[in-house]
Amino acid sequence: MRDDTYSFTLDRREFLKLVGGGIVIFFSTGDPLALQQRRGRRYPEDFNAYLLIGEDGRVSCFTGKIEMGQGIHTSLAQMLAEELDVPLNSVDMVMGDTELCPYDSGTFGSRSTKYFGPPLRQAAAEARAVLIQLASEQLGTPQKNLTAKEGNIFVTDNPQKKVSYAQLAKGKKIERHLEKKPPIKHYSKHTVSGNPTDRVDSKPKVTGEAKFAVDIRLPDMLHAKILRPPAHGATLKSADTSAAKKIPNIQVIQDKDMIAVLHKHPDVAEKALGLIKAQFEPSGSTLDNKTIFKHLKDSAPNGNVVTEEGNIEDGKRLSAKTFEKAYYNHYVAHAPSEPHTAVVNIEGDKATVWASTQSPFRAQGEVAQVLGFPLEKVRVITPFVGCGFGGKNQGNQITEAARLAKLSGKPVQVAWTRKEEFFYDTFRPAAVIDIKSGINSANQIVFWEYHNYFAGDRSSQPFYNIPHYKVQSMGGWGGRSEGGSVHPFGVGAWRGPGSNTNVFAIESHIDIMAEEAGMNPLEFRLHNLTDERMKRILLAAAEKFGKTFAKAPSGKGYGLACTDYLGTYLATMAEVNVNQNSGEVRVGRVVCAQDTGEVINPEGVRMQIEGCITMGLGYCFTEEIRFSNGRILDENFDTYEIPRFSWTPKIETVLVDNPEMPPQGCGEPAITSMGAVIANAVYDVIGKRMFTLPMTPARIKEALS
Amino acid sequence: MEKNIRFKLNGKTLSLTSDPDRMLLWVLRSDLDLTGTKYSCGEGFCGACTVLVNNEPVLSCQFPLQGVVGKEILTIEGLKNNGKLHPLQTAFMQHNALQCGFCTPGMILGAYSMLLKNPEPSTKDIVDTMEGNLCRCGSYNRIIQAIQTAARTMRGDKS
Repeated sequence: MRDDTYSFTLDRREFLKLVGGGIVIFFSTGDPLALQQRRGRRYPEDFNAYLLIGEDGRVSCFTGKIEMGQGIHTSLAQMLAEELDVPLNSVDMVMGDTELCPYDSGTFGSRSTKYFGPPLRQAAAEARAVLIQLASEQLGTPQKNLTAKEGNIFVTDNPQKKVSYAQLAKGKKIERHLEKKPPIKHYSKHTVSGNPTDRVDSKPKVTGEAKFAVDIRLPDMLHAKILRPPAHGATLKSADTSAAKKIPNIQVIQDKDMIAVLHKHPDVAEKALGLIKAQFEPSGSTLDNKTIFKHLKDSAPNGNVVTEEGNIEDGKRLSAKTFEKAYYNHYVAHAPSEPHTAVVNIEGDKATVWASTQSPFRAQGEVAQVLGFPLEKVRVITPFVGCGFGGKNQGNQITEAARLAKLSGKPVQVAWTRKEEFFYDTFRPAAVIDIKSGINSANQIVFWEYHNYFAGDRSSQPFYNIPHYKVQSMGGWGGRSEGGSVHPFGVGAWRGPGSNTNVFAIESHIDIMAEEAGMNPLEFRLHNLTDERMKRILLAAAEKFGKTFAKAPSGKGYGLACTDYLGTYLATMAEVNVNQNSGEVRVGRVVCAQDTGEVINPEGVRMQIEGCITMGLGYCFTEEIRFSNGRILDENFDTYEIPRFSWTPKIETVLVDNPEMPPQGCGEPAITSMGAVIANAVYDVIGKRMFTLPMTPARIKEALS
Repeated sequence: MEKNIRFKLNGKTLSLTSDPDRMLLWVLRSDLDLTGTKYSCGEGFCGACTVLVNNEPVLSCQFPLQGVVGKEILTIEGLKNNGKLHPLQTAFMQHNALQCGFCTPGMILGAYSMLLKNPEPSTKDIVDTMEGNLCRCGSYNRIIQAIQTAARTMRGDKS
């Protein structure tokens, strides 16, 4: 895409016109990634969010971030309400609307609270300063004698003498550009932020009123179903659509590579699609789950060094015992509850898009390109999104709907079936990790050589005290330039990208060394850590866990793992039982201690940890996309099993207090330790090491035999 | 072949002309614009499309329209009573028993039908009954707590 197609979709004057009067603060999200991505897009301003105090006293935050269940709708509102001294229920979060909200690179990587939160606070502090100044003029009282509380400013000594934010904003058109960083409240003064707070979006979700993209209904809207190849790499030879065309009121559209049937009811369109007789050239792919790991290693590019210190050869000379192991994980699907969906409505020279996406601005650019529209003529609205986990950073359903809306002249909805969702998912990549390491006679890790094939390098940096280490990445998790083209289908970011695989390998390997050192896994970790924050989190988890670790395999089924996920530290401990006849594992209990810096919404953080632990059990035990010759063999939840009620362990969370550190991300960290903690717990029972994720009953039985 | 089909939906009698072989899910969502009932797997493996037919839970993506003739359907839109949230809805909110919210209508209706028959379910009863409802966000433990809270409220316990 040409850089110059990007321009700001709504300038400040237009924005002010749109929202009417009030006080607007423009600010920047401060996310280094967003700033980097914005370079070269002729951005006229360096702000990318607004805060508005409306004439009705309601406070609105306009941000390109989206809500997909992770709860930032609530936590960001808490940060804003806190700093501005307004009740939480007077805050409106306007999210993911490209017309109202300034550019944002997307909602992923547990970055929203971490990078958007602090400048949001500063913007709120700035707004509060403006309000205090106005109040001072209106009340004829010096600013220092005024107090702001719950949307009012009053004279500190005479609370009857007051003025509301609504009164202050009335008839005003004040805009401020946040340039310097105004002081913000000390966390000890917080009353809204830091409080366990219920989700602000739950009411429409329990009544069925919450609208997801698939729930958008427009007059004359058609549902489109698109002919799909049976395998990745298969190409269409011929198609006979005559039987489909006989269905009353069906519209068949053929455009370049796309054949679609459209009807006012999705099920009728689906039926018509089934009547198309199509011939495909088979896929040239010969890969399957058995051959994939060899293929990945054979196809790997030369490694780049992620981090290194000392000299591996020196480290080897210091070693009393050395270790060499390989770890594997298979492809894993995002499997969001809501399949990818988009609705596109073209009216005149303007297109409106409702999409289940984590990246509305990316979608805006794609639709503009496919329609040949200028960017400002495409508006993407993000309704509630039914799970994302990285899978909704992209999705061709949006451009498909745009093309079909243009061709049919009607509003069009494209909603993927579950089978399409499994076919077009950008899976978590299959990956291989090779680790060589050594410990000296004092049981200290003295070298660590890490080769990462296609997992992605996140969380692969050692946090143990190791004098000689080298971490190399041979192909990342992402797009073609990062090695994506070696996979037989799309791959991409999956909740905690890279880290799930890396933590599985690292923390399994640590346990292997602990056993050889004759130490229990907790003791060995503490022995090899100098990072006090990591020690603290391990001890916090151990205290809650309340069990004594012994040298593995102890037969007790206890496991542990710890990690640093982009600044969030966590330690997880689990208790499992293994049925040695069936190979099935039952996880009875999981304890997770997390230090995520200042906690904005403890209830929200706990929800994320619990969700991570529960979802993570899937890639531990069952989740593996089976494929052969470009075909995806898992097409639904009958064969691709995801965690359900009966799997759920007792989950206990410990939020380790660390308010001095700015808030870190918490949507992903706790899932990344699941592979290791469970593999270590399984080993503790059966004395057999599982080197491959998922640890299916068949693989466990094989290990036992 | 289209037919005229009469049934009761959320307390109101309704008649519509459609192909009786069509699945109830699509008639609700597309013909009647009741979008609270969700499509998630389309093959009866996830429970997101759960509605009640004569108080029995059915997977509406697998349930032909023919099957509702003369019967009474309850969808999530019909659960409120005189504008007041049902105790299950309140309990789901109170326990934050949801994240993305996409599976929630199916969860609530599945739980509702269970509580009609079993007003005092054990945790095991809940797990066994709800096992077919999937929540990718992983809110299962909170959903169990919400159902227990709602059950207590419905029984009139103050405890």
